[in-house]
Amino acid sequence: MTIMSGGKILVSALGRQTLAPIRNLGKLGTFFFWGVVNIFTLPFQFFKVIEQVCFIGAKSVFVITLTGAFTGMVLGLQGYYALTKFGSEGMLGSAVALSLIREMGPVLTAVMVIGRAGSAMAAEIGIMRISEQIDALETMSIDPVRFLVSPRIAAAVISFPLLTALFDVIGIIGGYITGSVLLGINSGVYFARVESSVLMKDVSGGFIKAVVFALVVVAICCFQGFYTHLRKEGFGSKGVSLSTTSAVVTSCVLVLITDYVLTSILL
Amino acid sequence: MTTPLIQLQDIHKTFGSNPVLNGVNLNIYRGEITTIIGKSGGGKSVLLKHIIGLLEPDSGEILLDGRPLSTMKKSERKAMKQKFSYMFQGNALFDSLNVYENVALPLKEKTSLPEREIRKRAGEKMAQLDIAGIGDRYPSEISGGMKKRVALARALITSPEIILFDEPTTGLDPIRKNAVHGMISDYQKKFGFTGVVVSHEIPDIFYISQRIAMLNNGSIIFEGSPDAIQQAEAPDIRNFIYGMENRRSGFNGAAHQTYVEQRFNQEKFRLCDHNITFSLIIFTLENFSEITEHADHMAGQTVLTNLTEYIRRQINITDSCSRCGLNKIALLLSNTDIEHARAFCQRLSKEIKGSDLLDIKPYPGFYFSLRAGFAQATRDSRLEALMEQAESTSNPFYTFNIC
Repeated sequence: MTIMSGGKILVSALGRQTLAPIRNLGKLGTFFFWGVVNIFTLPFQFFKVIEQVCFIGAKSVFVITLTGAFTGMVLGLQGYYALTKFGSEGMLGSAVALSLIREMGPVLTAVMVIGRAGSAMAAEIGIMRISEQIDALETMSIDPVRFLVSPRIAAAVISFPLLTALFDVIGIIGGYITGSVLLGINSGVYFARVESSVLMKDVSGGFIKAVVFALVVVAICCFQGFYTHLRKEGFGSKGVSLSTTSAVVTSCVLVLITDYVLTSILL
Repeated sequence: MTTPLIQLQDIHKTFGSNPVLNGVNLNIYRGEITTIIGKSGGGKSVLLKHIIGLLEPDSGEILLDGRPLSTMKKSERKAMKQKFSYMFQGNALFDSLNVYENVALPLKEKTSLPEREIRKRAGEKMAQLDIAGIGDRYPSEISGGMKKRVALARALITSPEIILFDEPTTGLDPIRKNAVHGMISDYQKKFGFTGVVVSHEIPDIFYISQRIAMLNNGSIIFEGSPDAIQQAEAPDIRNFIYGMENRRSGFNGAAHQTYVEQRFNQEKFRLCDHNITFSLIIFTLENFSEITEHADHMAGQTVLTNLTEYIRRQINITDSCSRCGLNKIALLLSNTDIEHARAFCQRLSKEIKGSDLLDIKPYPGFYFSLRAGFAQATRDSRLEALMEQAESTSNPFYTFNIC
């Protein structure tokens, strides 16, 4: 009898452990679905989207420029010394441009925006949740997902590709600075290689990644903030801090996993 | 019999292992203010959140207009929800929006009114609640009392049919507390909404409520009129009600009605045993509504407060002074017959000055009208009957005009 009841407890605990993430995944799916659907429901929240484009996009320009420049410069430096061993330093433009446009541009842009805007989204929505502001929206019959999440998704879908493009361009210029200006590769060769090796599908692949990352990042960050009150390991401000951490870590990991999946599909 | 607007039937709710509601049955009638009282942490706010649909009951049924909420379609629920408004205990103001944006938000999001009309309506509501000058400030920059009024303005802006107030006066000073009560009462009369108030403000809340429900240990142990609850015999109710009252009211420095009741009984003993008579005077600020309408809700309260203070300075220590309504003060004069009570009133009417009662800048045409009614107690008198008698024989004795 004791063994049976012990077994029962074990099975039910296992069941709970299995069901909880599946339930969460379902909740995330529904949350994301309504977030996207509500972008297109009337009346359009034009000004809120613009406001978020400013926050997610315009205000990230500086940090993206900075990281893009240094990433390109490091790629130029590393690429030069690697390619010199094979006597093919003329290929530097291709190496820098392709690695930036295909991989590093979308991924690093997403990671930087997660750090700057994703964490802020999770914290802002989390604080709204614990201070009953989201409940207040519900009592006013204002759909909180439409009000808070949809403009952010729309803004991220607009901003991420633009920021990625900026990152790529600045990165290529960074590679040029180290490769040509500092290390002496002919600038014509550098840009000719960039032009000849980058195909449209590389560019569009990078943009597809940027759009998918935008959806992943905003969905995860907003979701973590929105359900702060359901966290069992911490309540109130502690809950918000945990949600913010979780939003950043989860969306970074998911960006990398999604990147692998998308690369394998797009290649 | 009238069907209640909202019916809660056998509502149960448990959080983790903590049962909060254990079979709540409550009826809320259209056009009335129903106040839910009960111990802190007893589930009153939880009950309110069930009514508006922020929480779902574990079991039981909520009926709106006689229709179970659980059988309504999503669209019907949504339409029903739009009739509600909710004022949160912690205000729940949007901290990234300024005061005007907070007040105007329900109109902006839920109506297709032009911006000019929204601005006009929000401006009017803010002016009525005396927050017109702080429209561009953020919630973190204003005081607790102002936040309450902003929350109240936001709750009233859509002219809802049903408003739920979760401890609307928590954290306010006694004067503002009663100003908020006055506002709720006035707006209820003006717009005829159905109000559900969660409050600890006993007995002040009785003056504005038509029905009182007491929540104890997760269920409603009393439902009835304010008079009925004050006469209830159940120890739980008596302990709670009289435990919540203080000898001195925070409202205006006057003793509460229960203290007057005690004093009345003492005086009656003296009357019966020693034939020492006593009288009761009821002062009514007749144009209370007019003052609150033209000036603000604080003005009426200020006049009442100052009047009470003034009277207290004129009376003996054996006399007692108490508020007995939103705009009424009862004065019990020991060892005084009706003629002396009349003389006291006359003396008061000559000596009292408008400047003693008024702290605000008078609006054009401002005046206030005080009416005093008096009655002498007999050996058979009951307090309620004596108060009625005093009010029925009322005659205006004092009208003061300020130009």
